[in-house]
Amino acid sequence: MSVFNQSRSRIIRIIFLLAFLIIIAQLFNLQIVSGKYSKLAMDNAVFPKIIYPERGIIYDRKGKAILNNAIMFDLMVTPAEVKNFDTLSFCRLLEIDTVEFNKRIKEAAFKNTAVRPSAFQALLKPQMQARFEENSWRFPGFALVERPIRLYPYNAAAQMLGYINEVSPADIERSGDFYRMGDYMGKNGLEATYEKVLMGQRGVQYIIKDNHNRLVGSYENGTFDTGAIAGRGLKTYLDIELQEMAEKMMTDKVGAVVAIEPKTGGILAMASGPVFNPNDLTGPDKNKNYSRMALDVAGPLLNRAIQGRYEPGSTFKPLGALVALDEGLITPSFGYPCFGRYTACGSGKPACTHSSAGHAANLRLAIANSCNSYFTHIYRMAADNPKYHNVGNGYMKWKEYLNAFGLGTKLGVDLPSEDRGFIPDTSVYNKEYRGSWSSCTNLTLGIGQDKMGATPLQLANAMCIIANKGYYYTPHFVRKIDDETEQDTALMNKYRKKHEVLTHISDDMFNAVMDGMEAVVTQGTARVAKIEGINVCAKTGTAEKYAILDGQRIKLENNAMFVAFAPKEDPKIAIAVVVENAGFGGTWGGPIARILMEKYLNDSLTKLSKADYERISTTNKMPKHLARLQYKEDSIRARKWFDMTKDSSYIEKYTGIKPTTTPGKKKEIPEKQRQPELVAVLPNEKSLYKQRLYFFTIS
Amino acid sequence: MSQHNPAISKGIDWSLAWIYFLLVAIGIMSIFGATYVEGDPILQSFIGFKTDYSKQLYFFIVALGIGLLILLTDSKFFPATSNIWYVGGIVLLLLVFPFHTRVSGTESIIRIGGFQFQPAEFCKICVALALAKYLSRPDTDFSKTRSQLIAAGIVLLPAAVTIMQKETGLALVFFAFFLVMYREGLPSAVLIVGFAVAALVVATLLLEKNTLALILTGIALLVAYLMRRQVSRDKSLLIKIVILWVICVGIQRFGVPIIFKNLLAKHQVERIYSTIGRDVPKEYMKGESSTTASGKKVVNTADYNVKQSKIAIGSGGLAGKGLLKGTQTRYGFVPEQRTDFIFDTIGEGFGFVGSFVLLSIYLLLLFRIVAVAERQRSVFSRCYAYGVAAVFFFHIGINVAMTIGLAPVIGIPLPFISYGGTSLLTFTVLLFILIRLDADRQMVLR
Repeated sequence: MSVFNQSRSRIIRIIFLLAFLIIIAQLFNLQIVSGKYSKLAMDNAVFPKIIYPERGIIYDRKGKAILNNAIMFDLMVTPAEVKNFDTLSFCRLLEIDTVEFNKRIKEAAFKNTAVRPSAFQALLKPQMQARFEENSWRFPGFALVERPIRLYPYNAAAQMLGYINEVSPADIERSGDFYRMGDYMGKNGLEATYEKVLMGQRGVQYIIKDNHNRLVGSYENGTFDTGAIAGRGLKTYLDIELQEMAEKMMTDKVGAVVAIEPKTGGILAMASGPVFNPNDLTGPDKNKNYSRMALDVAGPLLNRAIQGRYEPGSTFKPLGALVALDEGLITPSFGYPCFGRYTACGSGKPACTHSSAGHAANLRLAIANSCNSYFTHIYRMAADNPKYHNVGNGYMKWKEYLNAFGLGTKLGVDLPSEDRGFIPDTSVYNKEYRGSWSSCTNLTLGIGQDKMGATPLQLANAMCIIANKGYYYTPHFVRKIDDETEQDTALMNKYRKKHEVLTHISDDMFNAVMDGMEAVVTQGTARVAKIEGINVCAKTGTAEKYAILDGQRIKLENNAMFVAFAPKEDPKIAIAVVVENAGFGGTWGGPIARILMEKYLNDSLTKLSKADYERISTTNKMPKHLARLQYKEDSIRARKWFDMTKDSSYIEKYTGIKPTTTPGKKKEIPEKQRQPELVAVLPNEKSLYKQRLYFFTIS
Repeated sequence: MSQHNPAISKGIDWSLAWIYFLLVAIGIMSIFGATYVEGDPILQSFIGFKTDYSKQLYFFIVALGIGLLILLTDSKFFPATSNIWYVGGIVLLLLVFPFHTRVSGTESIIRIGGFQFQPAEFCKICVALALAKYLSRPDTDFSKTRSQLIAAGIVLLPAAVTIMQKETGLALVFFAFFLVMYREGLPSAVLIVGFAVAALVVATLLLEKNTLALILTGIALLVAYLMRRQVSRDKSLLIKIVILWVICVGIQRFGVPIIFKNLLAKHQVERIYSTIGRDVPKEYMKGESSTTASGKKVVNTADYNVKQSKIAIGSGGLAGKGLLKGTQTRYGFVPEQRTDFIFDTIGEGFGFVGSFVLLSIYLLLLFRIVAVAERQRSVFSRCYAYGVAAVFFFHIGINVAMTIGLAPVIGIPLPFISYGGTSLLTFTVLLFILIRLDADRQMVLR
């Protein structure tokens, strides 16, 4: 009985062997063929802790730090560790109620599991942080975590500096996963443009964690750790005191001021009204403040110095003269017989302020008296230049000059979202007039009107061209990047390149233009800009402005335009001022420009200027129609919110009226959406501008 | 008792003994690797009986003591008392029902004082002995169906009781004894049919119902076509094919769903499906569905264990990370680290090379046992030896296969390596009885 089945012992051995071979094959597959498991094990057990570098500092031209780094604290909670807890006193400390407390704990546990820490309250107010630190032993499961923030000691230059904020998922994707959730990045202004310089280099510390994500200790004794490298600083041309004054004067006004150092293109000051305090976008209330400003129809988040598009009006006239001079169409002695209106095109338009004979007997006088006929005429000469055979070619040549001056094209300032202004193409006129138009059609281009639009930065840059007698440097803020690398040099090179835009004009001819602009100050419309002991060259402008409100086109007060540079002999500052809703260019623009030039050149103010400074700073020139506009937008948004959520609180808040339809049952809205910050989808700044542009269009 | 053996060592198969010592040493080292806390004084921890590796060391000393006692026992003692062992084992198994602890998941454990005891483990020894005894009876004619049924009954009775204690994994071990019966002349057809049914069940889980029915029909038609000559000669053959087809479709259509819906517990269904890498279908879900109200998929623990286990072993690579260097096993990512998933420590720490060496040692052990079995003069000893080989084979195969995702997670230990007093003692006793019997291989035991 025992012998006859002996062959089966071999079969049993084969079964054993086969089973082991299958196992070994799978082991071979797991351990040798498939490479993914090592990475998975690393992901499981090694936590790369990011060490954040200190962000670079931005300095003004005198080496003062315009912004500083500071540390605030997020209160983190690990829900699983919240035990034996004095909820009441904790809530009293944080000034919240227990309902809110439970809600946040639940949310934290849901978002990031109960054993991992999540933010309970971001950016704790300093007094709360102090109170918490004293009592922290009473609150197991809670801990403070450092968060870097920016502080602005001068409360100035908000729109230019930009702000930093946590990266969004879209940012992470755009960066090719360079950023990680929780990183901060520059979101606007210089912070965004120079992000790579300012951010520095993150360090990584590898830490072993266990299955509950508790950190156990350093991985491989820190062999793979890398230290963080602090961000590099930026030295700017900005004069922070000048900046402060400019902003002070733009308080409660809509408009912009730009001051440039002509010889370098360095921006000395740039302000956009209405101004806001950069510290509003840092710290615990930043989201609240951001929403408020984003929904403000006056658009405080806009940087009108580079995003506002204005009709230059008479401030354009010196530039028209430069084109004609460079083309050889006129000489400084060229005169035009104007008797109060321009009659060559039959309509008698445009009219001219002066009608006395000889007020445009030469270029200097024409600029000094701002003769509309003269500059209309020389525009038409350029457009109808026989050299270019027809008006289309002639016009395009004229436009080419303007583009070279930086009008109608992005200058390339080191801030994001610059507007390019607008110099129409022939196609615009071809379309509008079906191909039949002449230099008479758009003759007001010669006096800076028609469809022409320019940013204050472009106007200031145009002044630099005159001040420099024919060249400019692209306006920019940053003079020097600390420890400049090759990459930085590539970035900075475009600001170090001289743009020679006028090569056929002799110094004498430039002097004629300057003389004209000087005469505007000594005896013309810009007398208000006169500075004792300094020869100032300036030009005023006034642009009419309309808005459409409640379906009606209403005329608003004029925009005051003012451009200037000084001193005439060796220009050190070129300036452009736009104040909306302010009437004549000289009244508001002039003093602002004078005060800034005086401050910059003399480092002190005269008695008169001090008085003007006080007066301007405290005057509210906000357009009146904005209040109505704000009411409309708020109530429309509240209504949309009501339709979405049946929550009438905003309607009542903005209108004082209860909604007409009886609210039905509340729809379930996810927790997140209920926060007031998300009353409406916040428009980004660019679309915000487009929306507003409508109301700021100059006819 | 030892009057027949002036020296204990006489006739002992030292190769088995050395393999035993080697495996236990690897086991203690693995438990040390899995549970050592950085900074503990190693020597004191080993002596202190506080840590798991220290306890395992003491378990080994106790087991070795019992092993020596077995070696001192007369070899005739085992065949003589086989039936008493078996009855005792069954009684112990039944005692679990009134005496088990009330903690869920421990329905098969008896607790006496500070010790806990799992009779199902002990029962393996009893069944091995009883089966050997029955098969070696002079009046057993194993070619008769009746004898085969009785033998199957001996094996399946404890399995049934164990299933009632919700320890399906442990119960499956008893099926390993069919290998012994196969060696003793159980028709190959039984094993083949067994494999075929298993294949059918797996196919049922993997394939869509109707697809599988169509495939089965296709196979039936193909067989009928290929055998058309025989069929034309013998019409009953066609009926047999049809009956087989009905049985197969029946199993696939009704048998498997009934087992999954009514017999298996929720975690078992989940484990089986996680092994084949599928989600549990709706019809087999028990109790609350596996997704929470928020729609977030709840991590299936069996699934998690196997994934982490595969990561641990896979990340070991060719040569491994070294003892105490495995991040998976050191930081608690693999649960049941020191018991059922102890193989991970070797896989992660010593890589493919280490795993290969360990498996080779095991294979050597099995082959050695088979060789020892075949040199026995007495049928009892041979049957018992095959029983031991079958139990070891099942434990090693299933345990390792489950850690690398080839078998469902059933909590059975890796012989001599997994942490645990009961299992180490059981396997030691199994092996030492064999060594004792082998020492007297010239005797014909009844």
